[in-house]
Amino acid sequence: MSMGDTPRKGSLLEPDARTRRRNAAEARFHLYGLVAVCLGILALIVLLSSILSNGLSSFRQAYVTLEVSLPEDRLDKSGVRDPEVLAKVSTFGYAPLIRDAVGAEMERLGIQIEGLNEKDAGGIISNNAPARLRDHVLANSDLIGGTVTMTFLANGRIDGYFKGRVTMESAERDKNVSPEQLQLADALKEAGTLTRPFNWAFITAGDASENRAEASGLGVAILGSLYMMIVVLVLALPIGVAASIYLEEFAPKNRITDLIEVNISNLAAVPSIVFGILGLAIFINFAGLPQSAPIVGGLVLTLMTLPTIIISTRASLKAVPPSIRDAALGVGASKMQAVLHHVLPLAAPGILTGTIIGLAQALGETAPLLLIGMVAFVAEYPAAPPEGFFDPASALPVQIYNWTQRADPAFVERASGAIIVLLVFLVSMNALAIFLRRKFERRW
Amino acid sequence: MLDTQASESTTEMTQAKISARNVQVFYGDNHAIKDVNVDIEDKTVTAFIGPSGCGKSTFLRCLNRMNDTIDIARVEGEITLDGEDIYDPKVDPVQLRAKVGMVFQKPNPFPKSIYDNIAYGPRIHGLARSRAELDEIVENSLRRGAIWDEVKDRLHAPGTGLSGGQQQRLCIARAIATEPEVLLMDEPCSALDPIATAQVEELIDELRKNFSVVIVTHSMQQAARVSQKTAFFHLGNLVEYGETGQIFTNPRDSRTESYITGRIG
Ligand SMILES: Nc1ncnc2c1ncn2[C@@H]1O[C@H](COP(=O)(O)OP(=O)(O)OP(=O)(O)O)[C@@H](O)[C@H]1O
Ligand SMILES: [Mg+2]
Repeated sequence: MSMGDTPRKGSLLEPDARTRRRNAAEARFHLYGLVAVCLGILALIVLLSSILSNGLSSFRQAYVTLEVSLPEDRLDKSGVRDPEVLAKVSTFGYAPLIRDAVGAEMERLGIQIEGLNEKDAGGIISNNAPARLRDHVLANSDLIGGTVTMTFLANGRIDGYFKGRVTMESAERDKNVSPEQLQLADALKEAGTLTRPFNWAFITAGDASENRAEASGLGVAILGSLYMMIVVLVLALPIGVAASIYLEEFAPKNRITDLIEVNISNLAAVPSIVFGILGLAIFINFAGLPQSAPIVGGLVLTLMTLPTIIISTRASLKAVPPSIRDAALGVGASKMQAVLHHVLPLAAPGILTGTIIGLAQALGETAPLLLIGMVAFVAEYPAAPPEGFFDPASALPVQIYNWTQRADPAFVERASGAIIVLLVFLVSMNALAIFLRRKFERRW
Repeated sequence: MLDTQASESTTEMTQAKISARNVQVFYGDNHAIKDVNVDIEDKTVTAFIGPSGCGKSTFLRCLNRMNDTIDIARVEGEITLDGEDIYDPKVDPVQLRAKVGMVFQKPNPFPKSIYDNIAYGPRIHGLARSRAELDEIVENSLRRGAIWDEVKDRLHAPGTGLSGGQQQRLCIARAIATEPEVLLMDEPCSALDPIATAQVEELIDELRKNFSVVIVTHSMQQAARVSQKTAFFHLGNLVEYGETGQIFTNPRDSRTESYITGRIG
C-alpha cells in the first residue's frame, strides 16, 4: 500500500514489447552467426573429403615382384664386365628381359589368358622398370648370367584398376590397357605376385614423365620446398627481427619512419605474382642466378615473408609493456641491453608464431615460383646444401599445379595426394605455432 | 660535512648533490614543468608533494633522464649532478642512471625470478666478481628492501608472482642493489600496507646515511615523517621549497597552506 505512490513498470514475469523486440533481434543475430559458422565448416568438410577421397589412394601402389634372368649373351657378350661396354646396352635392351620375366612368372603360376600376347603381358609392368633393372645391373655387374628378384611398379593403368579408376569396360575402349591385362593383374594379385603396399616412393621419388605416372613422387618437391624454407628462415627471420627492433625501439618517430611503416604494410598486401616478376628480373636476369633453383625461390619467398615477420614482430614488441623497458633503463641498462635482455625474450613467442605462420604461407605459395622457372620438370634430386640450393628443384605447390596439368588421370590422384602432404605440413606448422604460443605465453 | 643548521635561504651551491636551474619540460605543446630551480642536498631525504598532474613525476624523471625515452618530451634548462651537467651531450644516460636509481610509481618487476630481478643491475654493471658475492648483494638488497623474510624461500620463483606491495619492495631492493648515489622514488608506498610502509620509511631513513633520496608522495604524514626538505609543486611550478618542518608548520605561500590543509588537491 505504501508503494502505491511509485509508478509500476509492469510485471517482471511479462517482458514488455521493447524487451521482446530486443530479444528477438539478439536471437536472429545468434542464428546468423550459427549459419555462417556452419557454412564455413561445411565448406571445409566438402573440401577435405573431396581431397581425401581423391588423394588417399595415392599412398598405396601396385607392385609386382619378378625373378628376372640376366642372360650374359644379351647384356655382355664379351664377358669382361667392362662398365663401358655394359652401359652400351640401353633400357630397350632390358625391356625384353622384363617381358620374359612376366612370361616366366605366368608359366610358374600356370596362368593362361586367352588373347593376351607376350608383349601385352609385359605391358602390365611400368615403363620405369627397364631403367631400374639396368641401373641395378650396372651397379652389380656380377649378377649377369644369373637371376635377380626385384619388385617393380605395375603400370599406372593396372594400379588404377585396383583403385577403381580403370574398369573392364573402360579398358575395352582404352588403347593403353586391355581387359586381358586386367585379368592377368587379377590373377597375379591372387597369387601374391602383385601386392599393394604403402607407397613410400610417392613421398621419396622424383617426378616422372607423362607415360609413367606410377613412378612419380614428391621427393624432389619436398626437398626443394625444404631448401627454400631454409633460405627463407635464414634470411627473413634475422632481417625481419632486426628491422622490427630498429623500427620499434630505436628509430625516431618521424615522416621517414612513418613512410617505411606504411610501405611495409603495403608490401604485405602486394600480390605474390609481383614478387615473382621481381625475382625474375633481379635474381635471374640481373644477378644471373640459375632458374628453377631453390635459392631463387627462397629469395623471392623471403621478400614475401619479410613483411609478415616484421608486422608480427613489431606487434609482439609493442605488446611488451613499456614499464619493463623503464625498469631495465632505470637500473642502468643501455637501450640495447633493455631490448635484448628483457623485451626480446618476452616478445619471442609472438615472433616465433609469426615466423612459422609466415613460413607456412611461403610453403603454400605457387605463383611467384612459376615465374622463376620452378615449374620445370625435375626428376633428379638436388645435391646436399649448400650446392643444392643452386640445383634445379621443384616445390610442393608447384608440383601439384604441374600434375593437375597432365593428361593421365593417374596424375589427378597424385595431385590430390600431394595436396594431402602439403596440408599435413601446413597443419603441423600451424599446430607448432599454436603450441609454442601456449607454452611460452607469459603474463606480467 | 653537512651543515644541518644552515637555513635554506643560505643554502650553498657547493653542497647540492643535484641542482636544477630554470628547468622547463614540454610534452609536445604541454608545458608540464615551468622554470623550476631546486637544490637537492646530499644525505638528505627530499619530498616532492603536490596535487595529481602537477608534474612531480615529470620532474623526478628529469633527474635521471628517463624522459629521454618519451619521444615528445623536451627538457630545457640545466641540471647538474655533483657539478656536472647531466644533459651534456657527452653524458651517457646509462652511466647517469647507474648513479641515480629509480623506483617507479607502478611496481614493474621483470618477469624473471626474484633473484634475477635483483641480480640484473649488479650483473650488467659488473659489481660482483663471483656467484657468492652476487648472492650476498641479492640478500643484502632484499633485506634492506624489507622483503627478505617473505621471499628467502622462493628466490627462484617469478617476481611477477608476488603481491603488489611485495613487488614494489622488490623494485626498491632492485634499485638499491646497484648502489646508486641518489635514489628517486615515485610514490613507493602507494601500494603498501602500513607495516610495509613503515619498513620502507625506515629503509629511506637508513639510506639517507649514504645516499640522497628524493621521494614523491601524496601522504603529508609520510613527507613529514621521512623528509628533511620538502618541495611543493602546483601546475608545473615549484611553489615552495624548504625545510620540511617549516613547510608544514609555517608555509609562506597560500597555495602550499591550502594544499597541506586539504583545501586544494
Ligand atoms: N608521457 C607523457 N606524455 C604526455 N604528457 C604527459 C606524459 N606524462 C605526463 N604528462 C603530462 O604532464 C603533466 C604532469 O604529469 P606527471 O605525471 O608529472 O604528474 P604527477 O605530479 O606525477 O601526478 P600524479 O601525482 O598523479 O602521479 C600532466 O599534465 C600530464 O598530462
Ligand atoms: Mg606521478
